[in-house]
Amino acid sequence: MQKYSLFSLIKNAFRNHKDWEVAWKNPKPKKEYDVVIIGGGGHGLATAYYLAKEHKIKNIAIIEKGWIGGGNVGRNTTIIRSNYMYDANARFNEFAMNLWRNMSQELNFNVMFSPRGIINLAHSDVQMNAFSRRGNSMRLNGIDAVLLDREEVKKLIPMADFSENVRFPIFGGLMQPSAGTARHDAVVWGYARQADSMGVDIIQHCEVNGFDIVNGKIKGIRTSKGNIKTKKVGLCVAGSTSILAEKLNMTLPIETHLLQACVSEPIKPILNYVVTFGAGHFYSSQSDKGEMVMGGDLDGYNSYAQRGNLPTLQHVLTEGLALFPFLSKLKMLRTWGGIMDMSMDGSPIIDKTHIEGLYLNCGWCYGGFKSTPASGWTFAYTIAKDAVHELNANLSLNRFSTGYLLDEKGLGTKTWIG
Amino acid sequence: MLFIKCPYCGDRSQNEFAYGGDATVKRPEINKEVSDKDWDNFVYLRKSPRGKHLEFWHHVSGCRQWFKIQRDTSTHEIFKTFKVTEEI
Ligand SMILES: Cc1cc2nc3c(=O)[nH]c(=O)nc-3n(C[C@H](O)[C@H](O)[C@H](O)COP(=O)(O)OP(=O)(O)OC[C@H]3O[C@@H](n4cnc5c(N)ncnc54)[C@H](O)[C@@H]3O)c2cc1C
Ligand SMILES: [Zn+2]
Repeated sequence: MQKYSLFSLIKNAFRNHKDWEVAWKNPKPKKEYDVVIIGGGGHGLATAYYLAKEHKIKNIAIIEKGWIGGGNVGRNTTIIRSNYMYDANARFNEFAMNLWRNMSQELNFNVMFSPRGIINLAHSDVQMNAFSRRGNSMRLNGIDAVLLDREEVKKLIPMADFSENVRFPIFGGLMQPSAGTARHDAVVWGYARQADSMGVDIIQHCEVNGFDIVNGKIKGIRTSKGNIKTKKVGLCVAGSTSILAEKLNMTLPIETHLLQACVSEPIKPILNYVVTFGAGHFYSSQSDKGEMVMGGDLDGYNSYAQRGNLPTLQHVLTEGLALFPFLSKLKMLRTWGGIMDMSMDGSPIIDKTHIEGLYLNCGWCYGGFKSTPASGWTFAYTIAKDAVHELNANLSLNRFSTGYLLDEKGLGTKTWIG
Repeated sequence: MLFIKCPYCGDRSQNEFAYGGDATVKRPEINKEVSDKDWDNFVYLRKSPRGKHLEFWHHVSGCRQWFKIQRDTSTHEIFKTFKVTEEI
């Protein structure tokens, strides 16, 4: 593989950039693989990368029905954080944070990881108390957390509405200074390029539409490009999980719902942090291009549409205006949607299944981008060793029937309401 | 914007309604022995189909009645709305 560096850039500039290698090939599927990963989103690509790198598995395919990065990984608002209260979620996402910090070097690809900090705003004393508890839990897990009062928040985001007569005054906030954002496409391309260089076949425009299972064991998959034999299959299809589960006669504790996001026209730098409004569901950050990136609630009913509906967007932006009145002067540049695998307790599932050789990675809700490296790392471990790692031991499929839920937000089973 | 026909009030815009989830899920009968599996099915497990979905909605900013809708989850086409007591 050609290494990307200043030197290779200069060298290629002299040849009019005509000699760059392709970043990944476009192979035809082989008849058989040791491991097949379904879904070429962030999680599928990271899983294949760690399978090849950490577990030295050579014969791997990623099967993607569209193009890699065309799913949620290319549609998300790129917030990376580990500000969780429960140990299992905190440790898992802090493990991810550590992988993010070194990702550009590791992948030899600039993923533009920008640890600019996240501020969750509080609008009541009760919320401040809850945040101080969460912050303390985070610190016990070695994660940085700072409780800010109103004046401290005002210094960081003076453009927010600090006037006296607002409906939801800002009381303060909880900040994780090490949280931030990254360039989502670069994460896809970086993992894909490295996986390809280690021999992973990235097969695009190939839809998986069935499984061959004999005596409770995976024997292969059926795709739009023919049948492929394999003894191990990892499912990384995010919002499409229930569709494939049905073909496996499995019913899962997840529902697919739609989440929208939007960006404004680009403006000069104004917002240096990721900020979430605490009296509703609205969050924003400013992209490197200068656009205000904004998101909020799910559309609120089961959906595979990949495009959203106006009432939710209006609702989210109303909250946005309550927090940042200056947004009213901006034009909307783009809006889009992605389909989310909403789990019943709001936490993900990375586990084995009752079918031998079939592994499940799903339930990411609207927060799976930040977990991408940890998800890939632990899922690769689980597939390679046919065992769960300490880090994903609590992200089990049977936690619902056994009562060991990870209901971080305490929303109950209707996570699509929160 | 979805236009939803409340069986009691007629066509109204989506803003007046709240969603109530999968309407095919049956609560285990009261006073009978309920296995963990039955309870699991009722509380957590959902088919979440792509295509036709029977679901509860609540006309929360209208007549406040609950009712059922059959809707396509990928096109959002609404085929039919029913009272809670009606079957398809
Ligand atoms: C608007 C929006 C904002 C978000 N914001 C954030 C955020 O700020 N921070 C954060 O952490 N997370 C966020 N998320 C969530 C995050 O994007 C997802 O949790 C995460 O990307 C899911 O994992 P993935 O990347 O593997 O999924 P995807 O990219 O969706 O990958 C799944 C892939 O599987 C493929 N596939 C499906 N069915 C088949 C089949 N039958 N055969 C072959 N391939 C198939 C799909 O085409 C797709 O490419 C957001 C999501 C959305 C939509
Ligand atoms: Zn009504």
